[in-house]
Amino acid sequence: MPAGTLYRGREGMWSWVAHRVTGVLIFFFLFVHVLDTALVRVSPEAYDDVVATYKTPIVALLEYGLVAAILFHALNGLRVIAVDFWSKGPRYQKQMLWTVMGIWVVLMAGSVYPVLGHAARELFGS
Amino acid sequence: MSTDTTSAIGPVEGGAHYDVDNPAPYIEAPRKRTGRTPKATRGNFEMAAWLFMRLSGIVLVVLVLGHLLIQLFLDGGVSKIGFAFVAGRWASPFWQVWDLLMLWLAMLHGANGLRTVINDYAERANTRLWLKGLLYTATVFTILLGTLVIFTFDPNIR
Repeated sequence: MPAGTLYRGREGMWSWVAHRVTGVLIFFFLFVHVLDTALVRVSPEAYDDVVATYKTPIVALLEYGLVAAILFHALNGLRVIAVDFWSKGPRYQKQMLWTVMGIWVVLMAGSVYPVLGHAARELFGS
Repeated sequence: MSTDTTSAIGPVEGGAHYDVDNPAPYIEAPRKRTGRTPKATRGNFEMAAWLFMRLSGIVLVVLVLGHLLIQLFLDGGVSKIGFAFVAGRWASPFWQVWDLLMLWLAMLHGANGLRTVINDYAERANTRLWLKGLLYTATVFTILLGTLVIFTFDPNIR
């Protein structure tokens, strides 16, 4: 560890870094998402045109990334709440992080087909 | 030196608590509220913000994961989304309230998170001021725009 830093490494710091990074990314998406949804007040065509780009394979991959970021932020957020409010939370913070990562991996594996299935059919034919 | 024994630790509230019979110097407990502590410092805003992040976070887990499930996972995922789909969902006050609550909580939760990030990394006061000004402007604009869209949605716009 370099001198003069508060960073301690390991599970605690890296989950905190990942929580920040995913949080900022989700917030920027949210801003764009409210703007694109506002197009329903312009015309059905304007809205459908923009949503059509959301159905392309490349954006489908971004949507999978969005799901990944949101699921991590949600699960780790519940862990942060447990650390803050559960009397044994700080003692089990590492175990809870690995539980979060386990649930996250399972949910991400389960999300492959629902989120990316249509992109695969478009790219490789159905 | 022998007469002014308080000088080494500064003036202590209540005057000198020690003398010839009680020679140990009295040291105030750290951060003890004394008569000289300002009454109103920063209020409880940071504590309220901290609590809001946790409470809104719990609600958002339900609202956002439900939203993702409907929009990206069920009934063909993103392929089904279009103006007609939005019109169908916002025909119900339940989903209007769901989306309105999600918009407000998510924007405030995200804005407060970004406020914390700016406070942590922008070291110059001027940079912090400008970044937070931009953040608050974008947040108010987005919340008002989204609220307006939900309340004024017209399925027969064309």
